[in-house]
Amino acid sequence: MPEIVTLVVNGVSVEMPAGSMVAAAILKTGTYAFRRSVTGESRGPLCGMGICFECRVTIDNEPHCRSCQTLCRNGMDVRTDE
Amino acid sequence: MSDAHHVCDLLVVGAGPAGLAAAWRAAQSGLRVSVVDDNPAAGGQIWRGGGPPEAQLWFERIRSVDVEMITGARVFQQPGPRTLLAETNSGVCELNYKTVVLATGARERFLPFPGWTLPNVMGAGGLQALVKTGLPIKGKRVVVAGTGPLLLAVVSYFRARGADVLLIAEQAPVLRLVRFGAGLIGDPGKLLQAWGLRKDFSRKGAKAQRRTRYLSGCWVAEAHGDQKLEGVTLVRGGKRWQVACEYLASGFHLVPNVELAELLGCEVEGGSVRVDEFQQTTVASVYSAGETTGIGGLELSLVEGEIAGLAAAGKHEAARPLFAVRARHRKFADLLNRTFALRNELKQLATPETIVCRCEDVTLERLRGHRSWRAAKLQTRCGMGPCQGRVCGGAVEFLFGWRAESVRPPILPVKIDSLIRNKSVKSAFK
Repeated sequence: MPEIVTLVVNGVSVEMPAGSMVAAAILKTGTYAFRRSVTGESRGPLCGMGICFECRVTIDNEPHCRSCQTLCRNGMDVRTDE
Repeated sequence: MSDAHHVCDLLVVGAGPAGLAAAWRAAQSGLRVSVVDDNPAAGGQIWRGGGPPEAQLWFERIRSVDVEMITGARVFQQPGPRTLLAETNSGVCELNYKTVVLATGARERFLPFPGWTLPNVMGAGGLQALVKTGLPIKGKRVVVAGTGPLLLAVVSYFRARGADVLLIAEQAPVLRLVRFGAGLIGDPGKLLQAWGLRKDFSRKGAKAQRRTRYLSGCWVAEAHGDQKLEGVTLVRGGKRWQVACEYLASGFHLVPNVELAELLGCEVEGGSVRVDEFQQTTVASVYSAGETTGIGGLELSLVEGEIAGLAAAGKHEAARPLFAVRARHRKFADLLNRTFALRNELKQLATPETIVCRCEDVTLERLRGHRSWRAAKLQTRCGMGPCQGRVCGGAVEFLFGWRAESVRPPILPVKIDSLIRNKSVKSAFK
């Protein structure tokens, strides 16, 4: 069994296999709006590899983190659509 | 924030197949080698999360030699000769080298169409990357669209994880695909690989998994949904129809990542880094290998990486026997790129209201009438957001024939802290 890490996405607890990325955890909770575009549209991940910047979220109070390149850690607090 | 410092003979930027091959060959030849990559683990996009047995062989090779692996570090600036700076989660690291191999890979080409900015519309490789890093896809209805061999690999991966892949919309016309198949006859391995993938799609899965239809000459004209994707409109031979789905994985082949090469002053030709027979760029201390020098797939990347690693270590004669292998894979790459050339109809998909630049929300209408990307940037901010044109660049090149004219540091958005903490950066920004 792979090790499980537990993090919190918009107040909801989610379990992920160790080595998972935060973007996958966010989508797993059913959340699709990661950020707001400059004209207010909801956006989610596009490239999955750290180039498009559409998956930016707030992680442990730090804004603009690319969730597709950030590994899930126990106790992480993730907030989207800010 | 803490600052780290690494000194090596050969720095390899990018830990995908080309970078690993270069690092292994150079380390075997006695050089002190460091590899830097922006992802948390080595393997690049293709071997993300482990990869097949062939990947394990290369990881084993890297472990068998003395190579310093620096992951989670994004190279953003060249503060002085033979020095690069990378941002990590804990600060900035300075990388000093005598020679560098740029194996920065490629990204997907994205084309704008109505609805492509909706959440859950992703790149083909994009959705695959998310599934590889923990997104459950079982039972989800997925449409895979765009062009290129990546689509087949992606579908095979999704199906193996229980996704309900409804169809593959490949824009290339059937005649070109048939010629592609015929061109593979001289290369039985690749033909078998392609045939194996096709066979897999037409088979019903053990748990009533439905077949995945492969439609050539077909593309997505529109993605629909209120807040997120709910379905797509497909076009094929004058016929239009709608399909409901949870995810659209859409990518139009690949574009080389050449920003760092340009920053180092290397000549770029037709969107790829120009190299000589030893994979040396137009700057003597800089080599390049893999997709960065032209899209050609895994085998070509590996052999180019090996040649670059050997040449960087001064073992030119040992590199020569690999030229024939490279030539064979380049022939295949040429065939690939001809087969999956983009059709003109795709230029008509975006409407005046369709967003082209997703960072700055610049619509097609606002871009029309400008003579160059530079002019459009100045007037509309197209390509001036955080992605620095990495997404819309591939689109405006196809739609208007525009190319980026210059690259300026930092080549990625970085924290102000990263810019001011390093004294060599301070002087570079004076």
